[in-house]
Amino acid sequence: MAEPVFVVRGLTRQFGERKVLDGLDFDIERGETLVILGRSGSGKSVTLRQLNGLDRPDAGRVVFDGIEITALDERRLFPIRRRIAMLFQGGALFDSMTVLGNIAFPLREHTGMSESEIAEQVAAKLALVGLEGIENRVPSALSGGMKKRVALARSLALDPEVVLFDEPTTGLDPMTSASIGRLIRRTQRELSATFVVVTHDIPLARAVGDRLAFLDGGRFRFLGGWQEAERSEDHLLQAFLSGRDEEEADVA
Amino acid sequence: MPRRQGGGQVNLPAPLAAAATTAGGLALLGWHGLRAMVTRPFELRQWVAEAEQIGVRSLWVAGITTVFTGMVLALQTAYSLPALGVKYYIGTVVSKSLVRELGPVLTALIVGGRIGAGMTAELGTMKVTEQIDALRSMAADPVKKLVAPKLAATLVMLPALTVLGDLLGILGGMVIATAQLKLTPGFYINDVLGALTLEDVFSGIGKSFFFAYFVTVIGCYNGLTAHGGADGVGRATTDTVVMASIMVLVSDFFLTKLFYLLF
Repeated sequence: MAEPVFVVRGLTRQFGERKVLDGLDFDIERGETLVILGRSGSGKSVTLRQLNGLDRPDAGRVVFDGIEITALDERRLFPIRRRIAMLFQGGALFDSMTVLGNIAFPLREHTGMSESEIAEQVAAKLALVGLEGIENRVPSALSGGMKKRVALARSLALDPEVVLFDEPTTGLDPMTSASIGRLIRRTQRELSATFVVVTHDIPLARAVGDRLAFLDGGRFRFLGGWQEAERSEDHLLQAFLSGRDEEEADVA
Repeated sequence: MPRRQGGGQVNLPAPLAAAATTAGGLALLGWHGLRAMVTRPFELRQWVAEAEQIGVRSLWVAGITTVFTGMVLALQTAYSLPALGVKYYIGTVVSKSLVRELGPVLTALIVGGRIGAGMTAELGTMKVTEQIDALRSMAADPVKKLVAPKLAATLVMLPALTVLGDLLGILGGMVIATAQLKLTPGFYINDVLGALTLEDVFSGIGKSFFFAYFVTVIGCYNGLTAHGGADGVGRATTDTVVMASIMVLVSDFFLTKLFYLLF
């Protein structure tokens, strides 16, 4: 069996007195889509940000492809971050640049491509996310769903091995959310990359996830496949998956 | 990246810990900014854009401030000390005061407040909308990409604006000297040229380099450490104006001492 792309052991993160992550242990297999579920404030995004070193743990380690990234300083993380892209909750497109400038940014930073090659590559990535001919538009002129698609195109610019998604459907209507879900699934299949998706959008999780991890109290209360999750007797997980609140779950 | 709150290994009282964290963060950002500014690749296009934003768009603020300061200096000197006959030394008083002190300090306060607040608002908005994190996640250094061009532009433009402000202030003084005090322009200009020394000029411009550095580092630091949405960016911007003004005024005392020792 192939080595996991991420090996995470004893991950602990504390903000003041509040321990958000309390010794997380998990692996992420190469080429899978792992969905991390949990209530608001449960530490899902904090977990995601440990995987590319945007945030540092208080204890524990994250090993990516045999390299312990928790031991690297910011500059030595740069080669790793070229291989791990991230899609942020609000898209985080650069306001001061056009769509072309945004998607071209990592190409200009890290490749020796000419401007015409960059323009071709940008058009190809835009086509991949179902948007064409919007290179000269500015982010403020795009809808929420388009911003997410452009952000996805930007994150795919360097053909990453891993893509981290932080709440990719937050703030979108159900139909746009569903189309983002389909896009994530299709992109993952085409690129055979490893995707890690943080969300509390259950339809999205079902659409894209090979496995799911349910974060509660700083630890994964459940980690496994969907069938296993459906059969689980964990009332909180069942309540979360079916959209009931805790009281309803206790009664059930 | 600097963080506003420290890890708390040493148990200092909270305000002292916050002040120490800010001082440490400012020093580190200042050092990294200078290092990034002199390391390849140079983002020249970005430098020019910042210079336009910081320098060219501040021209009128710097001009109005110093022209009127020169005029007020001339009036006050002539009217408050009439018995001493100082009206014949108006050029000396106006030029010495402006070039050594008021030119660099007022330009740093007025222009610095404007550009420092602008830097905090821009970087703070980028911080709270995760654009800074997006830069980091794409293996780009926010200090190199954002802070270094602002630092380079301010280090060039603030001294340039100061020199321009000095000239305009001296001209403002001349307007009063000729229109109201009935001195000839030639007399006034001779007085100015006879009074000003190279030391005065170097001391004034030298100060403005330090002020440019302080204003930029404070503006960028408060932006990069802003948190809490629009409210947080607003607070950080106010902090910048207050911190930058205090830093300019306090450091001016020590720089004045230093330049008198040097020249």
